[in-house]
Amino acid sequence: MKNERKRTFLLITIPILALFVCFNTIPLIRGVIYSFTNFKGFGSYDWVGFRNYIDLFSDVRVGKSYLFTFKLAIASTIVVNVISLLLALALNSKIRAKSFFRGAYFLPNILGALVVGYIFNYFFTYILPAVADMIGIEALSSSILSNPGAAWIAIMIVCAWQAIAMNTIIYISGLQTVPEDVYEAGGLDGATGWKQFKYLTFPLIIPFFSINMVLCVKNFLMVFDQIMALTKGGPAQSTESISYLIYNNGMSGGQFGFQSANAVVFFIVIVVVSVAQMKFSGKKEEQL
Amino acid sequence: MITKRTNTPAMVLLILGLSTIIFPLYLTIVIAFKQPSEMTNSISGILSLPKVWSLNNFREAMEVTNFWNSLGNSLLITLVTVGLSIAVHSLMGYALGRNKAHSKFYSFVYLFIVSGMFVPFAILMMPLAKQTAEMGLANWVGVVLLYVVFYMPMNVLLYSGYLVNIPMALEEAAKVDGASTWRTYWKIIFPIMRPMHATVAVLTALSVWNDVMTPLVIMAGSEQNTLPLAQLNFQSQFGTNYNLAFASYLLSLIPILIFYIICQKQILNGVVNGAVK
Repeated sequence: MKNERKRTFLLITIPILALFVCFNTIPLIRGVIYSFTNFKGFGSYDWVGFRNYIDLFSDVRVGKSYLFTFKLAIASTIVVNVISLLLALALNSKIRAKSFFRGAYFLPNILGALVVGYIFNYFFTYILPAVADMIGIEALSSSILSNPGAAWIAIMIVCAWQAIAMNTIIYISGLQTVPEDVYEAGGLDGATGWKQFKYLTFPLIIPFFSINMVLCVKNFLMVFDQIMALTKGGPAQSTESISYLIYNNGMSGGQFGFQSANAVVFFIVIVVVSVAQMKFSGKKEEQL
Repeated sequence: MITKRTNTPAMVLLILGLSTIIFPLYLTIVIAFKQPSEMTNSISGILSLPKVWSLNNFREAMEVTNFWNSLGNSLLITLVTVGLSIAVHSLMGYALGRNKAHSKFYSFVYLFIVSGMFVPFAILMMPLAKQTAEMGLANWVGVVLLYVVFYMPMNVLLYSGYLVNIPMALEEAAKVDGASTWRTYWKIIFPIMRPMHATVAVLTALSVWNDVMTPLVIMAGSEQNTLPLAQLNFQSQFGTNYNLAFASYLLSLIPILIFYIICQKQILNGVVNGAVK
């Protein structure tokens, strides 16, 4: 009887594990192997040792893409969390048509990022400059998507438009875990408004804040669809995210080996950032 | 506190915020219905309502992008992935969740699979494009298999977490009645995990439906499109006919909008459950 149970569990685990190894572990290992070659994606190739990794650190384009991706991720994470928290507080307060608002505010999250990007592309290219012309703001009268210094802001806006929906919902579910009597007791001690938020509400929803930070940073570091729809890495390669660069130059640019090395470094970066975030938020929660 | 006063500043903030959500959608709808001749260079020309609500743009967009074919592919891929994910991931979550506490092997497999969450698609993409082509899987079947693998870490985590709440006593009772482990799973455990199936279905379906990268990398040579991929591949054919392009965008958004309107509650619950657990 006991053996039957053991055997069944093994018969479940082994094939599924094999599938996982086949399409996750093996390609991961192959990726690492390719990173030590000068493979172009076709034909023969040679081992080049750590050449790709050394080149990676002196490659201006790769360096720029890391700077851009981190700038985008950090700025978006801050913007998204501030706005989401405000919206969640509003949506959780005593308002009319609460469920309608909640439903409407989540809408951007279910739409495909690529199509959303195309729609905003049109908005930034035609509508925003025309409006700026009309009210006389010269700085915005040409498309910000063709401005190497400002295109990243447009990408951030589109990323934020969708991510805010998700983060707001998570903050709302956090706010709902705060019992009403905490506010009542706090009110007796004079905690209202900003004080109430700083000393009562926020500490109680820190776990939800951590979830949102981890979600945000990870998603924004892997940004791809929005770049594809808005700028394709331009103007002047100022908005190439790491994923976009790996896709573009690795899949069709003949840099299969080199971009594999880039992908390995990117993988390590993601692991380090995620682990650091979890350690940090774990410590914060312990303090409470 | 008991009085039913509404919070006015909150209401103002929410209505302002709502306009930033509605405006892009309004823009999409009016441009999709207009003719290019109505698109004068002024703002009012772009934003005014169309003179005639004609479906011609949609008809043309459907032809240009082979809409029904892409819609069929998207539906097929999403439904098969969700079905397989519920079956395969819940089984794996069960096997690992029930054994990882007292078995080194199972706790290793559990950690091994869950840590797959950290692997970005960027590192797998190039080797996978090669591998699926070698295996004859550079088509929708390959895409589905990859999804089942990509979402396994998250879903196994969710299922084995949910399993903690299901008492062993249920399985032991079934065992006394002579039922095999396999049978007990499908008759007793699988139905109990229903709330988690809903969460997994919603999370998986939303990610698969909107995903661009996987089909882009894997199905590039198959001349088949999913809905988002069709938008990407036909972008150049729209040229400067934005009305046609927007009709196509709107068409590709409609299925998920309908789904959201019907299942809004389940979707919101699913997304929150998935993120918070």
